[in-house]
Amino acid sequence: MTATIPAVRVSVLADPAADTTPSTAWGAVRVFAWRSLLKLRHTPEQAADAILIPFIFTVLFTFLFGGALAGSPREYLQFLLPGTLVMAILLMTVYGGLSLNTDVSRGVLDRFRSLPAWQPAHVVGTLAGDLGRYLVASAIVVTLGLVLGWRPDGGVTGVVAGIGLALVFAYALSWVWAAIGLVARSPQAVSMLSFVLQFPLTFASNAFVDPATMPDWLQPWVEANPVSLLVTAERELFAGTASFGDVAWVLVASAVVVAAFAPLTFHLYRRRTA
Amino acid sequence: MRDDPTAPAVETAGLTKTFGQTRAVDGLDLVVPRGGVYGLLGPNGAGKTTTVRLLATLLRPDDGRAVVLGHDVVDDAAAVRRELSLTGQFASLDTDLTGRENLVVQARLLGRSRRSAHARADELLAAFGLDEAAGRLVNTYSGGMQRRLDIAASLVRTPRLLFLDEPTTGLDPRSRRHVWDVVRELVDRGTTVLLTTQYLDEADQLADLIGVVSGGRLVATGSPDTLKRSVGGDVLEVRVAAADAVRATESLGLPADAARPPASGAEHDATTVLSLPLTRPVREVLDVLDDAGITLAGFDVRRPTLDEVFLALTDEAVPA
Ligand SMILES: Nc1ncnc2c1ncn2[C@@H]1O[C@H](COP(=O)(O)OP(=O)(O)OP(=O)(O)O)[C@@H](O)[C@H]1O
Ligand SMILES: [Mg+2]
Repeated sequence: MTATIPAVRVSVLADPAADTTPSTAWGAVRVFAWRSLLKLRHTPEQAADAILIPFIFTVLFTFLFGGALAGSPREYLQFLLPGTLVMAILLMTVYGGLSLNTDVSRGVLDRFRSLPAWQPAHVVGTLAGDLGRYLVASAIVVTLGLVLGWRPDGGVTGVVAGIGLALVFAYALSWVWAAIGLVARSPQAVSMLSFVLQFPLTFASNAFVDPATMPDWLQPWVEANPVSLLVTAERELFAGTASFGDVAWVLVASAVVVAAFAPLTFHLYRRRTA
Repeated sequence: MRDDPTAPAVETAGLTKTFGQTRAVDGLDLVVPRGGVYGLLGPNGAGKTTTVRLLATLLRPDDGRAVVLGHDVVDDAAAVRRELSLTGQFASLDTDLTGRENLVVQARLLGRSRRSAHARADELLAAFGLDEAAGRLVNTYSGGMQRRLDIAASLVRTPRLLFLDEPTTGLDPRSRRHVWDVVRELVDRGTTVLLTTQYLDEADQLADLIGVVSGGRLVATGSPDTLKRSVGGDVLEVRVAAADAVRATESLGLPADAARPPASGAEHDATTVLSLPLTRPVREVLDVLDDAGITLAGFDVRRPTLDEVFLALTDEAVPA
């Protein structure tokens, strides 16, 4: 197909009456969140990630480890599902950083940075849009779990609260990836780093195995691992037995991560040149 | 700071940006008046793109200052961004969004409602001949289509100052002319355009003023005509039969090296071209040749081209 210039001249001038004041900070955040969801829709491999990975984790772990670790898959599922949910979501927190890195390499950053809108909106909104991904993944893990025989005693409230808490933590963690995405040389470097960091972080936690069965030298790390804190809180919320402390620790950890990484990310954003 | 309408659109003093050992912009003093097109020319690596990025607040200067429409690019970057649009040298598009979505995102960030953003996107897509491709992902666009979309994206709002860094590189002749028309329309409406280009005919067509940079400094500035005159006045070229060349040179009192064979196979081999500065009336020259009994094969009055200006000015000043 060819695309040619129209034979009749069409004016490129904006209607002066439609001239507007730049969008507010909140408006700009919403635009970037919307953009991030549009990309998810246009990039089938990423959408597949949000659907397939949680699906595979849930099914595979339940039947692979279920018999060996807890006697029966159904029994193990009560223990495993919160871990699977956390892992599926946390693995996706890298996408915001990937997206920012891609924006740098394609020069899109220049275009946004020369606009009069609130600049950090690009980061805040991109990460917020990724909440959509996490929600899709959560829905899949939960639905599949219910089909396979998972029965959360916490009921609907417990499940909704559990997903909410996981989303808060994932949003916080995605700021780390945003900072990395702004310094990394290429999207490949970001993906690579995500494998190197995320697998130890999730497997060296109480997500899949009771830490009591792990070697002594590993146990202090497993207990201090924020992922363990999150998984514990998830188990308690789903079971309807969560204490204030369980949830508060996760919220505090999330707040600390954002407080440390948001200013760093904004600084990197302003300084980064393609 | 208030914007003074009589002040230049862009004014820099000692503007400097270094990357490691490279002094990309090295004490640049640039004045771009309001209205019209200012063409920034210079060899590869001269610092044109770096200058544009400094003025667009995308880079921070290491030294010197730059004032854009009355606002300092460092102290008042937000105010600068409210006035300008930029199309960089390399496309800055979301290749995994459609053409229309790219423009809608820009329009929404500039404060338009969903509806008005779509309307504006469609206007621009039509103006740039991209309406049929509007719903396709940009990574399926040809290079020229991407370039046009990139220019369209910087016109979502009509800016008071527009930076175009090599806007027509890779465009077919029709699209290039279209971009020229777009630039002229904007200038008529009062926009100041700062344009870099490697096509000297483009600068000749569009620019009211030209600045030639080399090694991060401004080495010449003036209107295209002034610059052409600065490398030498108009030249009279006289073609005579090769056999008459020596006699003609002598009778006109020219140095022997004024005679040279014609440029290419265009002329018959047996002719020679004499170049002489146009300091006396053409008729007088022709009369002298006539008196000497020399028959003319043809003659031409030629003004130096911007290419010659470019080569002359940037020749000795290759950056270290
Ligand atoms: N980000 C960067 N890091 C290191 N060096 C850079 C960077 N950007 C530009 N340079 C160097 O600065 C100098 C000026 O580059 P610039 O891109 O401004 O030139 P230009 O005049 O636009 O050239 P061209 O006509 O090739 O586009 C070059 O020597 C270039 O290598
Ligand atoms: Mg350049």
